Amino acid sequence: MESLTFDLAQQSLRDLNHYLHNEAKTASVKKVVVTNPDGAHNIAVGLDCPVEVEVIGHAGYYAGGMNKTATVTINGSAGTGVAENIMSGKVHVKGFASNGAGASAHGGLLVIDGDAGLRCGISLKGGDIVVGGSVGSFSAFMAQAGRMVICGDAGDALGDSLYEAVLYVKGSIKSLGADAQIEPLIDADIKVLTELLTAAGPAFAAHDPKSFKRVASARSLYHWNADANQEY
Amino acid sequence: MCGIVGLLVKKPALRSQLGELMVPMLIGMTERGPDSAGLAVFTDSLAESSRKISVYSGLTADGADFNWQALGHGIKTHLGVEASVEAKGNHAVITIKGAAEPVKHWIKEQHPKLHLLSTGRSIDLYKDIGTPAEVAERYDFKNLKGSHLVGHTRMATESAVTPDRAHPFTAGEDFCLVHNGSLSNPNGIRRMLEPRGITFETDNDTEAACRFLEWRLREGDELEVALQKGFEELDGFYTFLMGTPDRLALIRDPFACKPAVVAETDDYVAIASEFRSLAHLPGINNAYVFEPAPEEMYVWKA
Repeated sequence: MESLTFDLAQQSLRDLNHYLHNEAKTASVKKVVVTNPDGAHNIAVGLDCPVEVEVIGHAGYYAGGMNKTATVTINGSAGTGVAENIMSGKVHVKGFASNGAGASAHGGLLVIDGDAGLRCGISLKGGDIVVGGSVGSFSAFMAQAGRMVICGDAGDALGDSLYEAVLYVKGSIKSLGADAQIEPLIDADIKVLTELLTAAGPAFAAHDPKSFKRVASARSLYHWNADANQEY
Repeated sequence: MCGIVGLLVKKPALRSQLGELMVPMLIGMTERGPDSAGLAVFTDSLAESSRKISVYSGLTADGADFNWQALGHGIKTHLGVEASVEAKGNHAVITIKGAAEPVKHWIKEQHPKLHLLSTGRSIDLYKDIGTPAEVAERYDFKNLKGSHLVGHTRMATESAVTPDRAHPFTAGEDFCLVHNGSLSNPNGIRRMLEPRGITFETDNDTEAACRFLEWRLREGDELEVALQKGFEELDGFYTFLMGTPDRLALIRDPFACKPAVVAETDDYVAIASEFRSLAHLPGINNAYVFEPAPEEMYVWKA
């Protein structure tokens, strides 16, 4: 069997996730289609095998969260915390994503075709995020490792208290957060952008890697400065 | 946590289905707000000289057996005001010919435990403790008719679970507000409003936001101006949904701490805390679905 459908109007979310956590690891099913998600929370969370999941409709909170090796595609919008804390694999949201998308992702790739809400990529720990639209305020707050590509605009306080994650923004940046700074784009950045835009899919091919700005940490907050008198 | 739902139908023919369309929306927010529920529905407006008052008797000794007809009779004999009463259990809508204030004053004097839910020419308000499904059934929400409504399911955090602390809150006439979130300066708002003669009925933070915005509207601010002052004065986490006889308005705090999602078609605008409450609306698959931005005003005209 190549493909299996779970209709959440008929079957429970628990049935779906139980299948994905257990049988999917050994079954010959390559693709699981989820219909009538109707905004349910926790769709396809905690996957740990290279199965492909396609959600037809809008997903609720934490869709594809904690993912390892699986590919989760949402043909609709995603609620708060989509692809939160993913370790590897790919989560693709074809609509918009709400707040906290890709928060603390350790690895893997999150692609959002539309806009992302506030705090996208907050505390990013090594994952990659590509957003076709704009991201809301406080995105990449305290992001430690990984890369974020924003093809639209960024809201307020982008990259506040940034560690070693690197952000690329094509549009405007409403404001940078503390310790985040715009740096010149070097060849290595062009290579990263080309790689991530290609991985994100054909819809992203139109973006010229050279048209992005690089945002990274000035590293001035890395060490406590007793002489700063709490003025930063 | 709480749940918010709102629905505005764009075609007059759909007004008779308003309640039926909304009940699954309200029940969809049960997990966000299982302890109380309520809604305000805006109907065709009464004549300029008439008013209707939604009244709740659940806090009186008689509860759902309250003698509503005697109350209507009392208004007629003691105040000489023509009054008709439409009652269902612990709830009644009293329609009067004349000003509302003397009637409200008399009701409060005679029956201090009756809770006056709303006053106006267009608004009917229902709220009570219980799950959204129980409250919807209690007041037969599915048969409500009107152009738009504002609903809420409550999970109390800032004040006790009682019917009067459920949402929507009202102030003045034909204005209501529901809130998901928590305010950090409701007492400051109260201290600003009370010296201006504005009285509060509960210790609830949402009541402060409701009375603040209604005060601005009463002072002559356009809705958008009042909402802008709300952004400046109200501190905390909030998604607010407000209703007036001809408008539905939505705002979210600058940090967008509380969720909201909107679906719009040629037939309706539907608002909910989460898509779960919109999923069953007709034509939702072709609706324009979006997440309202923080610190933006969204105003829809009925």
